[in-house]
Amino acid sequence: MYPLLQVQGLVNRFGSQLVHDGLDMQVVADEVFGIVGGSGAGKSVLLRTILGLQRPQAGVVRIDGSDITRLTAAQLRGVKARYGVSFQQGALYSALTVLQNVQLPMIEHLQLAPAERDELALVKIRLVGLPADAARKYPAQLSGGMVKRVALARALSLDPPLLFLDEPTSGLDPVSAAAFDELVLYLRQHLRLTIVMITHDLDTIFRTCNRVGVIVDRRMESDTLEGIVANPNPWIQAYFHGARARARQGAVHGA
Amino acid sequence: MFVEIGKTGANIDLELTGEWRALQIAQIDSALAAIELPAGSALRIGTQRLTALDLTGAWALREFVRRARGGGREVSFSGAPPDLLRLLDEMQASAEAAPAAAAAPPAVPEHSAVLWTIGRHAVRAVADLLDGLSFLGRTSATFLRSLTSLKRLRPIAVARHVYDTGLTAVPIVALIGFLISVIIAYMSAQQLRGLGADIYVVDLVAIGVLRELGVLLTSIIVAGRSGSAYAAELGSMKLNEEVDALTATGVDPFEVLVVPRLLGLTIALPLLTIIADLVGLAGGALLCRYLLDMPLTQFVGRVNYAISPSTFWVGLVKAPVFAMLIGLCGCYRGMLVRDSARELGRLVTVAVVQAIFFVILADALFAVLFMEMDI
Repeated sequence: MYPLLQVQGLVNRFGSQLVHDGLDMQVVADEVFGIVGGSGAGKSVLLRTILGLQRPQAGVVRIDGSDITRLTAAQLRGVKARYGVSFQQGALYSALTVLQNVQLPMIEHLQLAPAERDELALVKIRLVGLPADAARKYPAQLSGGMVKRVALARALSLDPPLLFLDEPTSGLDPVSAAAFDELVLYLRQHLRLTIVMITHDLDTIFRTCNRVGVIVDRRMESDTLEGIVANPNPWIQAYFHGARARARQGAVHGA
Repeated sequence: MFVEIGKTGANIDLELTGEWRALQIAQIDSALAAIELPAGSALRIGTQRLTALDLTGAWALREFVRRARGGGREVSFSGAPPDLLRLLDEMQASAEAAPAAAAAPPAVPEHSAVLWTIGRHAVRAVADLLDGLSFLGRTSATFLRSLTSLKRLRPIAVARHVYDTGLTAVPIVALIGFLISVIIAYMSAQQLRGLGADIYVVDLVAIGVLRELGVLLTSIIVAGRSGSAYAAELGSMKLNEEVDALTATGVDPFEVLVVPRLLGLTIALPLLTIIADLVGLAGGALLCRYLLDMPLTQFVGRVNYAISPSTFWVGLVKAPVFAMLIGLCGCYRGMLVRDSARELGRLVTVAVVQAIFFVILADALFAVLFMEMDI
């Protein structure tokens, strides 16, 4: 199993506050890896570190074999073309249309004629299940669910093998969230994507994830779905067996 | 690279090799474009030696196949065609089945484009004016209503804005005040020395700084500093739905956001003007001492002689008016921001430009007014 993403001994500290203390994490090709943790446990800091948006105090982050904490800006640019990110709030460029949003990474990284770029961007927009007339709209004219889909289309713009999703279903109604889960599975199957997602949505975890990593006590416990549910750590127990999770229990033991 | 070409009779065998990924799309496109396709030939495409194919690569292959088929050639795959081609076909089919998107708005006929643009701008300018007036009206009404109790005047917020726009601006305003007097003193000294009328340098510095330049340049600095800050603060609050959140909580955003800013600026700008006046006069005294060898006592005596009791007040009375203009421009443009970061940048620019314009316009009107009043 080829480790597409590898984090070893990660330490992140802000002043006197220690966020990660020797965190290890590994994501192999073709899996969907869910990152779970309490509010303030450092999920976003972890994602920002993996994306190279901030440098850790210590530790190694390898994406596809190259340690991004040690790369120069020019080398990092090459790595960044190999993963796609969909941010929690979408982070769509508000001054650009949906089509231009999806095209922006192509303009930066690919040499394509404008007509080809339009075509390809439309393919991506259709791929995430958006109607073609959404392409001309501006982000402010989209609903929450559409914003998430456009963010996904933009993340897929360069056909990266690795995809990061930050809370992909937060703020969506259960029906839209379920549809989004199916979309993620559909894309994973057809495009052979490896997906790392931060999520709080138990339904999403049980529907899409193969393995789950839980951030507890500044480290990560990762295991298969069945394994993590049985983990004796009190926080993990509370997370998967708390009042909100109880409704799901049948599904877990059925799986 | 990417394609190996073989020929058996009239058939062309294409063997795809390597990684067909988005990042290589330019080379893939040129490799496909270099393939010669004689009319009537048949194509066989082999994909067994492909090490990777992503959606962008599949799309390029599909476009190539479509072009070849469009020329009446037969295209077949040795073995099964890649799954991604089928995915693209399915997506194309479902897109064509969907109802056509609404047509783009009808284009404007070219001969009337100029008229159309003029009309559009005129309508927009009038609407903008009306909106500005209604903003002024709503702000005034809110201010009058909040006069009923001290709590609704938000003294803490007002104090914060006096600090932000006033106290933190003192160094730059003082520096500008000093530089103005340097400019006037040097310019006038050069001209007046030849006439032996050195003493009038004092008149020019004192009257120029107190009546006009102290308040005008302070206002322009404040328009750049605080007018832009007001527009940017309120604009990003609008984008972040904070203004909506206030309204939904039953708090009037004009009462907590607009009125305290206007009050704060109206208090701060006169105080800043006094500082600019003081530093300007002090700078004038310093320059006269070293440039014209004029002792301090003579400078003070001449200043007393040159200015009338109203000179200082004529300058100062303009400050609250300028403050209102700057604050209104900043807050009004800020509250207009919606949808995008670009809109925020545009409206902050408009706020500053308009604030400076209105300050200078008002100053011109004041000049005419004071002349008519013989002050």
